[in-house]
Amino acid sequence: MTSLTDERLAGSAARINDAEFAITTDSLTKRFGDVAVVDQLDLRVPTGSVFGFLGPNGSGKTTTIRMLLGLIAASEGSVGLFGHAMPAATMEILPAVGALVEGPACYPWLTGRQNLERIDAAGPHGEATTRPARIDLALERVGLTGAQNKKYKAYSLGMRQRLGLAQALLRPRRLLILDEPTNGMDPQGTREIRHLIRELAADGTTVFVSSHLLAEVEQVCTHVAMMRLGKLVTQGSLAALQSATTSRVHVHTADTELATSLLCRIGLDATLSDDVVVADLGDHRPEELCRQLVEAGVGIREFAIHQPSLEDTFVALTGEGFDVTR
Amino acid sequence: MLRAELHHLFRRRRIIALLIVLALVPIAIVVALKIAGPSDQGDGPTFLNQVTNNGVFASLAALLITLPVFLPLAVSIVAGDAIAGEAGLGTLRYLLIRPSGRTRLLAVKAITVVVFCAVATLVVAVSGLIVGSILFPVGRVTTLSGDTLPLADGIWRMCVAALLVAASLLGLAAISLFASTMTDVSIGAMAATLGILILSGILDAIPQLAAIHPWLFTHNWLSFADVMRTHISWTAIRKNLGLQAAYVAVFASAAWARFTPSDVLA
Repeated sequence: MTSLTDERLAGSAARINDAEFAITTDSLTKRFGDVAVVDQLDLRVPTGSVFGFLGPNGSGKTTTIRMLLGLIAASEGSVGLFGHAMPAATMEILPAVGALVEGPACYPWLTGRQNLERIDAAGPHGEATTRPARIDLALERVGLTGAQNKKYKAYSLGMRQRLGLAQALLRPRRLLILDEPTNGMDPQGTREIRHLIRELAADGTTVFVSSHLLAEVEQVCTHVAMMRLGKLVTQGSLAALQSATTSRVHVHTADTELATSLLCRIGLDATLSDDVVVADLGDHRPEELCRQLVEAGVGIREFAIHQPSLEDTFVALTGEGFDVTR
Repeated sequence: MLRAELHHLFRRRRIIALLIVLALVPIAIVVALKIAGPSDQGDGPTFLNQVTNNGVFASLAALLITLPVFLPLAVSIVAGDAIAGEAGLGTLRYLLIRPSGRTRLLAVKAITVVVFCAVATLVVAVSGLIVGSILFPVGRVTTLSGDTLPLADGIWRMCVAALLVAASLLGLAAISLFASTMTDVSIGAMAATLGILILSGILDAIPQLAAIHPWLFTHNWLSFADVMRTHISWTAIRKNLGLQAAYVAVFASAAWARFTPSDVLA
């Protein structure tokens, strides 16, 4: 990448890298009329993490992101990016932040490349001399090099999303805020985005990615926060969250009655669902359970331990499904 | 950023088309005059009758004809689109997180609008001058007072007239820019501006409202013609410029007050 921009950023980067948290919010609240769309939100996004910001549609994710970036004012509470208060530090801190907010937005009559040129010229740290190289690199990273001279209006939804990402990657960033980055992308595109996020994280960029697709985020995140109706349900490292919900043992067998009663005798709360015997694993060792079942003469077709998914965790924490709630 | 913004504006096909249409207005007038021949009655609009004697007057005639509607229309298209257009596309949020800075972005948009006022006016004036000079004889310039001036002097005065016309549009441009910060729909901002323009024209035509006439931004619009008197009369011109400055101060401040703290949800 271009050394000039890197050096220019290095000054503020020193202070930025010292910060323990890339994003902090304290009692952050946004009301539209009487409705608190975001309600007393206290986020802690560790520097260097890949942070999944999860919640059903309408749970306040995008509104939170708009407040993080100073696009809308908080009704209450405060936002800090690398320890700098927003929106006061907008001009100082946002050059180090790339973002995709509520989908891409570009000029339909310009080509993909011209759109990137336009936005790059509209603010600080967008040196014209290094621009072509930076644009080339960003286009390559999102796989748009071949379509760069097509008009934006001829782009498919997935291509537009990629151009939005390229825009976020135009300059070296300390933090990327990506709002539903895989919207409108095919499975291949989704995999590429996941790969890109891992790559960026490996370079030390903090990635804050919002999504309503839990499974998609589960695979790349180190940390997670869950939102429901504008309130924070939980946040923490992925491992800590998953260990809060216990694993389940699934036994596929023809001898369902025998298996169920045996597991109950051992002390598990086994139930039969869809011809599969299911029970919370608790403190039991799977090897031991398996041995006992076999010794008791249960014919096992499949014996599996299921780690709880984020969706299970969400359901366990809220007692609700992961659906649109507002 | 200003250079990029100007480049962004003037490469839009819509804007180029708009300027071409503005250039066609004087051409249409002059060609029509050529075909129809000189009028014997001599009761047409000021300057128009003089075109057949001296082609350079086509530039003044064109300014006079485009000032009430065509130029304000063009300016309100550009100024009304300045912020509302970006908001409508959603690009406003990306400009703000770039970060462009809200005050800086508004200032750049405002300067771009001012440049457009000047360019649009010059397009009309220059187009009139060229086509008039081609189709009609060119010579010493007769002033409104009846004297004649050397051609170079006359053209110099016409340049001043064009600049005054451009300046006359600034009050309207400021109103339009303010309207543009109020909405995500640029056509709404444009319509509001033209509504205000028409209202101002109507109020100016009601004699009972003479008390407010000096405060209407269109009231002294035609004062630019005074530069064509042998001894230029500056009174009305000065009033006009003062009034435009006042409108710019009020509506530019309003636009800033509205835009800098507002929630950008588009």
